[in-house]
Amino acid sequence: MDIQETQRLLTEYLHELANLFHRVPGSAIFLRYVKSSYQDDPIRSAVELFLFLFAVRYLLAPKYSTKPGVVQLSEDEIDDLVDEWTPEPLVGDPTPLEEMEVDKRTVIVGPVSPKSKLSNGRTVMNLGSYNFYNFNTNESLKEKAIQTLRNYGVGPCGPRGFYGTQDVHMKTEADVASFLGTASCIIYSQAFSTISSVIPAFSKRGDIIVADKGVNFAIRKGIQISRSMVRWYEHNDMEDLERVLAKVTKEQARKPLTRRFIITEGLFEAYGDMVNLPKIIELKLKYKFRLILDESWSFGVLGRTGRGVTEHQNVDAAEVDMIVGSLAGPLVAGGGFCAGSEEIVHHQRISAAAYTFSAALPALLSTTASATINLLQNGPETVSQLREHTKAMWAQLDPRSDWVYCTSAPENPIMILVIKPEVVSAKRLSVEDQQFLLQDIVDECLANGVLISRLKTLHDNFEPKQVVSPALKVCVTTGLTRKETEKAGTTIRHAITKVLSKKK
Amino acid sequence: MPRRPTNSSSNNPSNSPSLSSSTSRKGGKPNRLTQFFSSSPKSRVDPQTAQAALQTASGQSHPNTAAPPISSASLSLPTISLSTATADNPNMDEPPTTLFQPPSPEEARRLAKQHAQFGPMGHPSHRYSSQHPGGVFPEPIMDEPPYYYLLTTYISYLILIAFGHVRDFFGKRFREENYRHLKPRNGYGALNSDFDNFYVRRLKMRINDCFERPVTGVPGRYITLIDRATDDHNNHFYFTGTNTDTLNLSSYNYLGFAQSEGPCADLAEDAIRKYGITSPSTRAEVGGQDLHTEIEDLVARFVGKEASMVFSMGFGTNANVFPALVNKGCLIISDELNHASIRFGARLSGASIGMFKHNDMKDLESRLREAISQGQPRTHRPWRKILVVVEGLYSMEGSMCNLPGLIELRRRYKFHLFVDEAHSIGAIGPHGRGVCDYFSIDTKEVDILMGTLTKSFGANGGYIAADRDMIEKLRATNSGVFYGESPAPAVLAQISSALRIIDGELIAGQGEERLQRLAFNSRYLRLGLKRLGFIVYGHDDSPIIPVLLFNPAKMPAFSHEMLKRKISVVVVGYPATPLVSSRARFCVSAAHTKEDLDRILTACDEIGNVLQLKFSTGVAGGALPSNDDVAPPPEMEKEWRQKRDSNVIAPRWRIEDVIRRGVQDVKSPLF
Repeated sequence: MDIQETQRLLTEYLHELANLFHRVPGSAIFLRYVKSSYQDDPIRSAVELFLFLFAVRYLLAPKYSTKPGVVQLSEDEIDDLVDEWTPEPLVGDPTPLEEMEVDKRTVIVGPVSPKSKLSNGRTVMNLGSYNFYNFNTNESLKEKAIQTLRNYGVGPCGPRGFYGTQDVHMKTEADVASFLGTASCIIYSQAFSTISSVIPAFSKRGDIIVADKGVNFAIRKGIQISRSMVRWYEHNDMEDLERVLAKVTKEQARKPLTRRFIITEGLFEAYGDMVNLPKIIELKLKYKFRLILDESWSFGVLGRTGRGVTEHQNVDAAEVDMIVGSLAGPLVAGGGFCAGSEEIVHHQRISAAAYTFSAALPALLSTTASATINLLQNGPETVSQLREHTKAMWAQLDPRSDWVYCTSAPENPIMILVIKPEVVSAKRLSVEDQQFLLQDIVDECLANGVLISRLKTLHDNFEPKQVVSPALKVCVTTGLTRKETEKAGTTIRHAITKVLSKKK
Repeated sequence: MPRRPTNSSSNNPSNSPSLSSSTSRKGGKPNRLTQFFSSSPKSRVDPQTAQAALQTASGQSHPNTAAPPISSASLSLPTISLSTATADNPNMDEPPTTLFQPPSPEEARRLAKQHAQFGPMGHPSHRYSSQHPGGVFPEPIMDEPPYYYLLTTYISYLILIAFGHVRDFFGKRFREENYRHLKPRNGYGALNSDFDNFYVRRLKMRINDCFERPVTGVPGRYITLIDRATDDHNNHFYFTGTNTDTLNLSSYNYLGFAQSEGPCADLAEDAIRKYGITSPSTRAEVGGQDLHTEIEDLVARFVGKEASMVFSMGFGTNANVFPALVNKGCLIISDELNHASIRFGARLSGASIGMFKHNDMKDLESRLREAISQGQPRTHRPWRKILVVVEGLYSMEGSMCNLPGLIELRRRYKFHLFVDEAHSIGAIGPHGRGVCDYFSIDTKEVDILMGTLTKSFGANGGYIAADRDMIEKLRATNSGVFYGESPAPAVLAQISSALRIIDGELIAGQGEERLQRLAFNSRYLRLGLKRLGFIVYGHDDSPIIPVLLFNPAKMPAFSHEMLKRKISVVVVGYPATPLVSSRARFCVSAAHTKEDLDRILTACDEIGNVLQLKFSTGVAGGALPSNDDVAPPPEMEKEWRQKRDSNVIAPRWRIEDVIRRGVQDVKSPLF
């Protein structure tokens, strides 16, 4: 009875449904289609039904995380874990070396000049600043800077893209470009940030960089952020460079063509030695790489008028795809630049992070850069005088010291003095020991009225790690007379001997 | 410091009894201002200046624009008008209605220059102190335009992209030389990828004349644009040889310290004379001077931390500090709208990077819970440290970080907090000390305060402030100290004098006036724009006011129309903003006077009508306040808001009413 009743209700219900279905427009066609297509093919019907059911199951399935290894925890458990978690302090305790590093920094009172006054009241010969030509206290440059200050104020209060491009910036860009002999130039507001933005603006993931193992920290940061494929060649070893280039070219022969760059420095920050530019140009043309040359330490120093390595080694600056340099050191202004073709400069104006997202260079530093470039251009004797002084200082130190040798190129006014390897091995000096010893030498020099510095380097988290030998850094300046320079050289030599011979 | 003209109060329309009198006075206003501008020394070209050299270099022969000797009787035609209504008929017959008569031409020139950089305050009532009133920090209300505008925006981009591809198609075949750097050639890979370059080449290029506009002189209340023109659709520009003085709504000159005269410039000049131009070394070597130590102490005291370090570049400050703070095994949780420099630094640090939705504390909390409970990916070791990075004031949105919310979360989840005060330092808070000051929160609650010295202080560079032992360690680990050039003495002197003026140490009262004028100006302009019917983003006290334009073609149109009215504004679109929400960004300064703001509002009113920009629904405020609509006590606020939201009327005020009611309404909550 009960079953019959149910059956009746069900049939009624199905009838109702069928009626409804028939009333839908087009249902007849659909029915006819289904009937005709499934007539002789029960397997197809079964497969389609299965697919339909699978789709329904898939849509109704609960959501799950795509992250691997997520542990399901209840809210209470999470609360417990939160209570339990103790983070490390944001900044740890300094190591003894770091403590020494900060404690021993000198503070100059008053202007940075060849003879600077220190916070302890003593006046010393300053062989630590990059004030090679003593432009810093040049009265006419000061007057020009003040004139700019009185027309432009100090800061440009905006990035270059939004009303921060002042006429003085455009003039400095034009001046640097014409000084170097490139088509175009772009200036950045800090020298250190320049190349680490230039590299990632061009070299992206998948591109290839071949770089010298000895390149400076800023270049390493640029390479790191570019996420390109990097191949390193031995420091200043042209044969190794050729080997690497040939290998990369062979490896990549069947792959689509990507951008390829060689990155090196004009004068190396950590070693002071000079690049072999003609050879690199030859190799770059042979293997079709572009060259990014960091002239931060050679611009304003090398060549007859300070145009840098290109002038010194008689290479056309237009052969180098990008010349990156600093306006901050001997040019006593601020900021950095990248010179190259129109396209290269234009591209950076949109895509170099340190250019687009940073405020422009203060106008007074920009005009100072223009003025110092003008001074160099019109006075080659300034540069040759510096070279004389460097020679005089070199003569006092390198051949005459039993303890240290100079790794710098003879033209480089920054003399990097490294403890001789035989001394290091004889006295079994670790890198840290050497740093402490060198600091003692710096202190000893200071006590005798000469301010020099250690080569300050920082380790980074980028593989492969770079090994830079601890060194002293002596910066020659034409602000001192030749006699004073020689005297300072003798003082430094004696200080080195005194400290190193005492060490057992 | 701004000297108030004797008739200042009578010039203040807020006191005017009727609209007619204020309009009649309008005829007189241009005269007073144009007197300043016609004699502005900025318009004269010194043959020695770089600008002249540039123009000769670009082959432009132009008559020397040196102004003829000016006496107060023979003032030349106005170059700037306060409203466009009188732009084309400078009314010379009408006798000057102002009482201000410059005593001598030199004095007039001096004053004109001074006022072009920093406008005198019109009335003592034009001040306000920006401070969080307490209670829960409200989420900014993001108004949305009718769907019509969103749809047309998408269609516009589609059309632009389609046209770009058509032009590329023909260009690549018939103008091959223009595409050379986008194609592999002679065995060299393409310098830029064709695809990446498409947006720049085909979309940005169309409006390139709105960007990188060259300027000269001080970016103060007014900014002098060097006029340029193009013959090849913005590919190249040439200088026409003329300059235009425009009202400056574009520079980050929040407190008006961009001045070439006054105490800051004087001290900067002294610094150059005493210290030379720069300190040519790094801080780690021998670049440290007594000035640096002095400024670092001053900055630390100003922001309320034990110690600080200053650097020569704001971008570099962020780019270099993160590797010194976090590394592998640490987690950075960063607001999705954080500045590029933070991303740059975070990527260099090697730490894992997570993001949370802009200013969304709930999202941040869920991410923190997940991070702490799950630990590092794969290994499930706990994170060594978690650093949450936010900005005080977001430069594209005008929104402030929810510091009270962050502090609450910090107490619970023990993360380290890094606040980038690039835009907020100096610009926010009753004492100008940034977001902590604004929310009355102890700076101890924030681990690291970073900021730039470029913006509010008119100098250059950035700083990091923290506890003394932290800074001592950072001095030995931060690459900016080791390799970055030390800031120049003139820049340091500017920072020091600006900080001491804000403190009230240098010229008592001036710093306070600057801060309060900035707060007033920000609120006044924001309220005015809301009432006119524009969609503006951000918090009420923020000096950054983004006005939403949506359709991409309205960006150049807005910029050009404003330029026609001698106002320079920044327009930004994708990729700096989401694709749909192109905007114009106003940066208000303490150097602006109320008359300047009225001029901006009038210009916006006209342009808004022409370009159909008035599409706010009123949910973000701007409606006519009724009598019973006064701000309720905080506990009642929620119901009151709901009641108000249910019957919002789209505000479309007349410009006269906006100006008339502005000053009195600005000091109550801007609903």
